[in-house]
Amino acid sequence: MSEPREPGFSTLAIHAGAQPDPSTGARATPIYQTTSFVFDDVDHAASLFGLQAFGNIYTRIGNPTCAVLEERIAALEGGTAALAVASGHAAEHLVFHTLLSPGDEFIAARQLYGGSVNQFGEAYKKFGWNVVWADIDDISSFENAVSDKTKAIFIESIANPGGAITDIEAISKIAKKAGVPLIVDNTMASPYLCQPFKHGADIIVHSATKFLGGHGNSIGGLIVDGGTFDWSAPGKYPSLSEPCASYQGMVLYETFGNFAFAIACRVLGLRDLGPALSPFNAFMLLTGIETLPLRMQRHSDNALKVAEYLKAHPKVDYVNYSGLEGDKYNEAAKKYCPKGAGAVFTFGLKGGYDAGVALVSGVEMFSHLANIGDTRSLIIHPASTTHRQLTDEQKTKAGAGPEVVRLSIGIEEVADIIADLDQALEKI
Amino acid sequence: MNHDSYDDAYVRGILDDVKTIAMVGASANSIRPSYFVLKYLLDKGYKVFPINPGHAGKDILGQTVYASLADVPEPIDMVDIFRNSEAAGAVVDEALTLDPLPKVIWMQLTVRNDAAAGKAEAAGVRMIMNRCPKIEYGRLSGEIGWVGVNSRTLSSKRPKLASRGFQHRTIGK
Repeated sequence: MSEPREPGFSTLAIHAGAQPDPSTGARATPIYQTTSFVFDDVDHAASLFGLQAFGNIYTRIGNPTCAVLEERIAALEGGTAALAVASGHAAEHLVFHTLLSPGDEFIAARQLYGGSVNQFGEAYKKFGWNVVWADIDDISSFENAVSDKTKAIFIESIANPGGAITDIEAISKIAKKAGVPLIVDNTMASPYLCQPFKHGADIIVHSATKFLGGHGNSIGGLIVDGGTFDWSAPGKYPSLSEPCASYQGMVLYETFGNFAFAIACRVLGLRDLGPALSPFNAFMLLTGIETLPLRMQRHSDNALKVAEYLKAHPKVDYVNYSGLEGDKYNEAAKKYCPKGAGAVFTFGLKGGYDAGVALVSGVEMFSHLANIGDTRSLIIHPASTTHRQLTDEQKTKAGAGPEVVRLSIGIEEVADIIADLDQALEKI
Repeated sequence: MNHDSYDDAYVRGILDDVKTIAMVGASANSIRPSYFVLKYLLDKGYKVFPINPGHAGKDILGQTVYASLADVPEPIDMVDIFRNSEAAGAVVDEALTLDPLPKVIWMQLTVRNDAAAGKAEAAGVRMIMNRCPKIEYGRLSGEIGWVGVNSRTLSSKRPKLASRGFQHRTIGK
């Protein structure tokens, strides 16, 4: 008899969570486009509402199509369980709602997607959740930021937009010492390039909108529970460790063990705050994930060639791509993202602001828009768009100086991608 | 045998084989894990005998509660232990005095007693430790995927539905 073996990543990307439909035999995951599910009887309903039975009640709390996506990402990340929600922002919000109470603090890397910077720094003030910023280029800044109010640390594996690679293991040590979970946003890398749980992360979040879906057609977010964090400390994470009033006094960490965090995000966060993913979007994201390994390798291979091309171009001042030999983050990239450094990077034009505007106007195949992680190659000049409202000094600090252009390299023929940039650079 | 991990086939074989289960430490409190598991196993068609000296003679979910394993009036296929790891040793000793012997002794999540397991295995009893039969049943039937849990199983076969339809799956043949 052969030894049991672990399926490989590409196999999980296609099969995890998805058996044929039990009723019809449909092989593709059906879109269960329904708000609600009938109960067999009153006792069945009571078991479902009391979390005593597994099953479906209402699509705001769970749906069989969304569930396949959840199990798929849990398998790909090597976690115990996952939760699908309406957007990456919703994923972050449910994670912090589960962990924080008013007056609590969390530490976050400065090097984050701008949307997360706004969410943490501005929106969360109204909840009394206080972000303390730290710098991934100075690991001691994380340690120095720890206080008795710290409840979590948040980083991105590959930081958007600059492409910095975060030293997950070093920050994980600080989180463990502080007794708080490490949350990693793995959107830019996807689990194909980086596996944060293997480096000490406790919770992973995704904007599935980007590389997981991969085709620029559906917004979605995911939370993955690593099953590694001990929630039992009395009073520290009351959503998990204290009797839950809306479930007759149940203690979630006792009842759900190493997937209690994902359950708490669902049965408290999603139930009460409501950012459910539509089953249709779950289906689109699932279809995307089936080809994640193929696409992600091509994205990374193309990006490296484009970065090399740009680095040699006379009108280009610098290129920040951790996949390039000699890049500040190249060693970290080899460790954390050995198959490739992802699709997104920035570069600086010698011609400054006007050259940036001319370049985004001059491209013919690149799409000028504010997303990343599409099959199509995307371009944006932050100083004239996403970061327009900032002062010049703030722009530079945010890595969005007047000369900076951000690319998200698609999976077209790389020669065509380079040719488009070449003709547009020619016109500057 | 190795008790750090179990083959799915081993766990499935046990859950498929046993019909009667004595649950030591069954709770009458509807928010306790042991109550959940009792309710779930009953729903899956197992005959479950709650064992709890404090509730002996009363019933939980319609099942008569017994004070000890020896009081159960039928042969017990599996003893499921909801006690701490140390106390589980005495439960195993008690189970090994039963005639006929149980086929399986199962210790719940976080419960592990290797010395006791060694004794049971020497007597020909199959052991599982630090697992939950509800989670394992949910995992192997595919039900647990509905709450986003990684079942760590892959299959291109249709899940088997119990007689009540889509919301009830089974691992039975």
